Amino acid sequence: MSQTFYTKDHEYIRVDGDLGVVGVSDYAQRTLGDVVFVELPAVGAAFARADQAAVVESVKAASEVFAPVSGEVESVNHALEAEPALVNEEPEGKGWFFRMRISDADELSALMDGDAYQAYVQTLE
Amino acid sequence: MSSTPVSPAQPAPLTTPLHRLHLELGARMAPFAGYDMPIQYPTGVLAEHLHTRAAAGLFDVSHMGQAILSGPAAAARLETLVPGDLCALAEGRIRYTQFLNEAGGILDDLMVTRLPPAANGDERLFLVVNAACKVQDFARLRQALPDLALGVLEDRALIALQGPLAARALAQLAPGFETMPFMSLRDGRWGDVDLAVSRSGYTGEDGYEISLAASAAEGFARALLALPDVKPIGLGARDSLRLEAGLCLYGHDIDETTSPIEAALTWSISKRRRAEGGFPGADRIQRELRDGPTRLRVGLSPEGRAPAREGTVITDEAGAEIGLVTSGGFGPSLNGPLAVGYVAASHAALDTPVRLVVRGKPLPARIVALPFVPNHFYRG
Repeated sequence: MSQTFYTKDHEYIRVDGDLGVVGVSDYAQRTLGDVVFVELPAVGAAFARADQAAVVESVKAASEVFAPVSGEVESVNHALEAEPALVNEEPEGKGWFFRMRISDADELSALMDGDAYQAYVQTLE
Repeated sequence: MSSTPVSPAQPAPLTTPLHRLHLELGARMAPFAGYDMPIQYPTGVLAEHLHTRAAAGLFDVSHMGQAILSGPAAAARLETLVPGDLCALAEGRIRYTQFLNEAGGILDDLMVTRLPPAANGDERLFLVVNAACKVQDFARLRQALPDLALGVLEDRALIALQGPLAARALAQLAPGFETMPFMSLRDGRWGDVDLAVSRSGYTGEDGYEISLAASAAEGFARALLALPDVKPIGLGARDSLRLEAGLCLYGHDIDETTSPIEAALTWSISKRRRAEGGFPGADRIQRELRDGPTRLRVGLSPEGRAPAREGTVITDEAGAEIGLVTSGGFGPSLNGPLAVGYVAASHAALDTPVRLVVRGKPLPARIVALPFVPNHFYRG
């Protein structure tokens, strides 16, 4: 049974055991607008929490995507290279960015669960 | 996720006569040149861009400065501030030119239309200048040309209608503008509303820029938007459209340090004006025409998919810096990244391989011709 956590910067991490799938939230994709390019991390790259892990670009601007927790990249979503619009269409589905092996599960406690994140997004809209 | 803010918050933004309509249409608004302007509508930048290339897009450009400069020999007098040939400009025709400083740098770029003369024989010129520069432009005109009258049109809106179906759309409201030449202006009416219709634009497509009373602008825009071919387009798509069309954005691709020759705007200076000079910075312009500029504005085509944004360093293949990107992003019609920047003249030839340093990585790119997509101006 997986559980999804969110950062204040609008990344999500869907955690299943010690693996987590990272992407950006629906609010993030709406704010970004049409995504035209995603720069993914290298497989094997290690990140500390809040390190820049990826870049997502809309027609207008480039935005950084940060690692929600510390860990190592296990795989990346190569589908985004040909079809970056997947980030807009299914941000928490086919529009995921990378899968990471979580090195310190305690860091998840600093993130928001789905309900807390929805409440947080309400304060922004 | 985080983005660098595009611009710092401005105090109490101004609004255009279409502000209420933008909000009603669900636009995402942001400050631009002191105005609260629509960046995009709910359909998004990609769809707005592609709609403009396929049908007709309506743009609110009422933030731009509109003025009428009039007086004896107004064209010859304005020629003392710009390199464009205004004396040779026929009545009803439009010319693109630039205000220059004494060093030949560009203070603003503008459109000048020769209107019919006044009853007393005074020449009359209609000027459209950039929103961010208009206060300084008008102050400079008053100071430099005290013998002329400058009437700033504060109560006029400016609506651009751009795209291959723009002529058909306008004809449904106000016929008579279908066959007017590119870069000309014609007066007309929509009901009892006076329209000053220019066949010009900033997208590379056929279309119009329509000046009308601010009080009539919302009704006119609503009537256009009621046509099935016309959709509202925000500043986001306006920027990607003009970038694909190879057109300069003031403050980015051209500024007080760049000359029209460096900016590849030599076409906008006539043979007579090149020879005679008589405008600020003429010595630099004539020197660059004779010896060639040291740097040149060029198109850049990245090989991969990564956009190279404004400020990206351009290097040669060996890694030596040769220039900077001044506008860059993603071209929806091109379906790929594109950029414009200045490179050393030695590296400005078409097809020259260069590198764009994006987030520390040198990405291969080539110098390409402008525009990136073919222009579709009305040619009769």
